[in-house]
Amino acid sequence: MEDLKANDKRSYIDNLIDFFRKRSIWMLHYCTGCGAVELPPSMTSRWDIERFGIVPMATPRQADVLLVTGYVSLKTLKRIIKIYEQMPEPKWVLAFGSCTVNGGIYWDSYNTITNLAEYIPVDITVSGCMPRPEAVIDALQTLMEMIQSGEGGAYKKYKENYEYYKKNQDRVLRKTAPILGSSETESIYQEKEGNYET
Amino acid sequence: MIAAIRVFGYSLFAIFIGLLFMGIGRKIIARIQLRLGPPFYQAFLDVGKLFARKSITHNFVMDLGMIMSLAGLLSTMLFVPVAGHMAIKTSSNLILIIYLMAIGHLGMAMAAAASGNPNATIGVSRALTMMLGYEIPFFTVMLGLIIFNGTSSLELIAQSQAGGILNWNMVKFPLGFLAAEIALQAIMGEKPFDAMVAPAEIASGPMVELGGKYLGLAFLTHAVSIFVETGIMVNLFMGGASNVFTFVLKQFEIYLITILIEAVFPRFRIEQAVKFLWTVPMSIAVVQLAIILL
Repeated sequence: MEDLKANDKRSYIDNLIDFFRKRSIWMLHYCTGCGAVELPPSMTSRWDIERFGIVPMATPRQADVLLVTGYVSLKTLKRIIKIYEQMPEPKWVLAFGSCTVNGGIYWDSYNTITNLAEYIPVDITVSGCMPRPEAVIDALQTLMEMIQSGEGGAYKKYKENYEYYKKNQDRVLRKTAPILGSSETESIYQEKEGNYET
Repeated sequence: MIAAIRVFGYSLFAIFIGLLFMGIGRKIIARIQLRLGPPFYQAFLDVGKLFARKSITHNFVMDLGMIMSLAGLLSTMLFVPVAGHMAIKTSSNLILIIYLMAIGHLGMAMAAAASGNPNATIGVSRALTMMLGYEIPFFTVMLGLIIFNGTSSLELIAQSQAGGILNWNMVKFPLGFLAAEIALQAIMGEKPFDAMVAPAEIASGPMVELGGKYLGLAFLTHAVSIFVETGIMVNLFMGGASNVFTFVLKQFEIYLITILIEAVFPRFRIEQAVKFLWTVPMSIAVVQLAIILL
């Protein structure tokens, strides 16, 4: 509701900036699972998403959109959170396929998270197993519309509800602490062990 | 006051032309690869977005380095005659231009080293190694032209080629032009000499820690560097120009050659690139120098 009110006050400058953001989305594809293989065809001559100004970038600092392209294991989740927090704002997250929504075929795995949106805010989930390049392009165009209308603000939710996300992250990341030796991660998650219930 | 306005105007012009060239270059590469490609004004959209983003800095050396990089190239641009006009009325000396051009690279090196990222350090060391590689053949060609014309003023060298295409140094010294063109590919950092950027190996090298406004500044620096480097080539080999429109058109021809080579070549490793630059263009340049001297 607040977002809608904010939209009414949007000035020409805001609209112009959103137009720039919409037409120059730089993506960082974190290649987990099988979705990464759909990206080369969508970038090369058959589907060519560069015509919308969408290009792959090499580092989180330069990227606007994080693509999580498949199931996320616990160790991967640790990296995804690091990458997400390294990206400067505004930033968006696209989750590919059913694995990032309900775990897909890994729904009962001890080592895989089932819903990515519990750990980092997800703007758009793309349906399919795996989504074809058409679906990827459709999702990116939906994201462009969302940016232009000022809706795509899930990164604000991460700051507002950081407690919720941090609690969920700690709950699962505690399992990734190394069994042998005492590393930094282990001590961090062991201190907090008493606070949260599994 | 008027000088300040002129400097500002020339800087804006150089940035505009550079960004336009970058966008058109991306479009041409896309057409070569049978893609539709982004619109020709894509570089402006990218820069607009980058300057509207939040950016992360590591320390003030990084801020200063980025600004020094842009300022170094903009001050180089002031001494490059654009169709006989110059921002500051001086005898545009080639040696001064060469010295000032290095400041841009050193500023970028400072900013990248301040970020402390190992990828950035590798990228910077590769960029400075590449500088050793391309400067020797390029300066040899320049030396030949300076000896032939008896002056190191870029403006006078451009004026001496007036009166038709047959008077151009490009036609008079084809070997020198070839060597300079190969070296220019490395100066611009395009393939096959883009080992310092190399997104797939070292995550875009010096730019690895730059986000938001810092990357925007890097974009502007690249745009000005395109303007300066093609401008020097037009003045040295294509006889300058009588008006600004012709000058920009000639600059675009030089940039087009670079882009066409960029679109079809893979990447040299850094030691292969330096070895190539020190053998092939260097020997062509030495032959040209010998022809001029004898």
